[in-house]
Amino acid sequence: MLSVNHYLFLSLALFTIGVIGVLTRRNVIVILMSIELILNAVNINLVAFSRLFGDVAGQVFAIFIVTDAAAEAAVGLGIIIAFFRNRETVLADEMDLLKW
Amino acid sequence: MQSALTQFSFNRQDFNLILPQLELTLFGLGILLIDFFVEARVKYLNAVLAVMGTLFSGYTLWMLRAHLQIQAEVDPQRPDLLGFHDTLLVDSFFLYFAAIFLAATALVVLLSVRYLEIEDEHHGEYYALILFACVGMMFMASGIDLVVLFLGLETMALSFYALTGFLRRDKRSNEAALKYVLLGAFSSGILAYGFSLLYGMSGSTNIGQIGQMLGRRAMISQMGGLTDWFTIVAFVTVAAGLFFKIAAVPFHQWAPDVYEGAPTPVTAYVSVASKTASFALLLRLFIAVFGATHHSWMYIVAGVAVASLTWGNFAAITQTNVKRLLAYSSIAHVGFILLGLVGGNNTGFQGIAYYLFVYVFMTIGAFAVVIVLRRKGLIGDELEDLNGLYQRSPAAALLLLIFMLSLAGIPPTAGFMGKYYILQSLIETHHPVLAVLAALYIVPALYYYFRIVVHAWMKQPGDAPLPEISAAQTVALTVTVFVSLAAGVYPEPFAQLARYAFAIGR
Repeated sequence: MLSVNHYLFLSLALFTIGVIGVLTRRNVIVILMSIELILNAVNINLVAFSRLFGDVAGQVFAIFIVTDAAAEAAVGLGIIIAFFRNRETVLADEMDLLKW
Repeated sequence: MQSALTQFSFNRQDFNLILPQLELTLFGLGILLIDFFVEARVKYLNAVLAVMGTLFSGYTLWMLRAHLQIQAEVDPQRPDLLGFHDTLLVDSFFLYFAAIFLAATALVVLLSVRYLEIEDEHHGEYYALILFACVGMMFMASGIDLVVLFLGLETMALSFYALTGFLRRDKRSNEAALKYVLLGAFSSGILAYGFSLLYGMSGSTNIGQIGQMLGRRAMISQMGGLTDWFTIVAFVTVAAGLFFKIAAVPFHQWAPDVYEGAPTPVTAYVSVASKTASFALLLRLFIAVFGATHHSWMYIVAGVAVASLTWGNFAAITQTNVKRLLAYSSIAHVGFILLGLVGGNNTGFQGIAYYLFVYVFMTIGAFAVVIVLRRKGLIGDELEDLNGLYQRSPAAALLLLIFMLSLAGIPPTAGFMGKYYILQSLIETHHPVLAVLAALYIVPALYYYFRIVVHAWMKQPGDAPLPEISAAQTVALTVTVFVSLAAGVYPEPFAQLARYAFAIGR
């Protein structure tokens, strides 16, 4: 039988993978994907707690986070395309016009 | 089914509470529509519409204040207006901060017109995005529910990512936007993780109920405070996410890059409005949710504040770009404002409100001088570009001097009073070491602010053309310089406003 703790550990694992991905990857698209992982960890937490409490607010929050993740991906990819057009690269360590 | 429907319906009263935000949204959408029919020559009509939006919204805010007064007379126990099933709160705190956001928005729009014409990127979306960012900020100040707060934050942040990259042919603007969106989205993710844990601890997304639950937890645990790991993780993730947004050390790396690369009016907007809104959110959360455990996180905040003061002040000394220098100085200002939270008494909160208010005006003013210097083929944000400003335009040089004095915190300017209230709060709450340290950091601050002044007043001018100041920019400069001086010379009415924000002595 799965308890809420199992979900919490899964979400913690996802969160950690996401944070490590953001901090170590060079490709900005992979960084964006790692951020999506973090948001999915949040969603698992919210839905697990929502089920635990029998309270619908957590699921509503999760839906809003999904929406927000979509908006963020749209804006983020748009900016990446604008960047790529001018610089022909998507590697984080080649973003060096401004001192990092 | 019928009962469920009535339970989730909203009445008309609820919509009165978000009327200022609704009006701004409508004006933003209106700009997007009208932009199709406006010829390139008269694009400034979009800006006129945006300023009208802020004026309308400000007027509605004034009407809400009257509502609030009536409510306070009817029921002095509950002087605030709640709406949308207790997810939204209109109180003096919201009114104060919303007024600051609207003022900042109007000033930034006034400064933008000439700048965008020079950049040849004069599109209606710019003004629409500025208004949408303001809507997000107002929800950040009025939400008392995690969902509303998070969505407000994201509405603001997403608008800012797009605004930062608005000069899409400019490589520096692209790069700044990309760094901003990556680090901003990362910090939002961390903050959301903290929110999900807060929900998990209390079974509610209402920050008042979460605060009560945390208070009970603190009572039960023997050591009193953040002793169970669940609370600690929740606090650390929420605090880290918020410190990212206000650019406090060690989460400040994005600020100098974004400030340097973004279009200068957007830099001004990000540095004042986004910071003030994030502070409003931080204050709501720290007071309502973590208020009962103030003594256990006080030292973490104090550490972050001192680190921000140290890093911000010393990194600013070596900068040669004015926008980058102001970015580091804003990190130092954040450190100072956080010290008011360490004090955490009424004087401290009044100090925070006052400091944020004057910070908005003096920082927009300082950036306005940089914006005025922007010409075709001359970015005007290097220290060298300021050389001999006094010979070229004595008025601009004088304004720059006033803003720099105010940012450094020299009496009789507004910046001094902000620092004074926060130092007073630190002494009242027995943190003399922090107070002395904070006061000493005015010395390096004086050094780098006066480097700017020296360039403007003492150096010989090059062959740079005379700065031209448009009518809209004159209005913005006049307002900012008036507040920067008035709030220092005669601070009482402004201090009263700051007390009103936290309902002290009501």
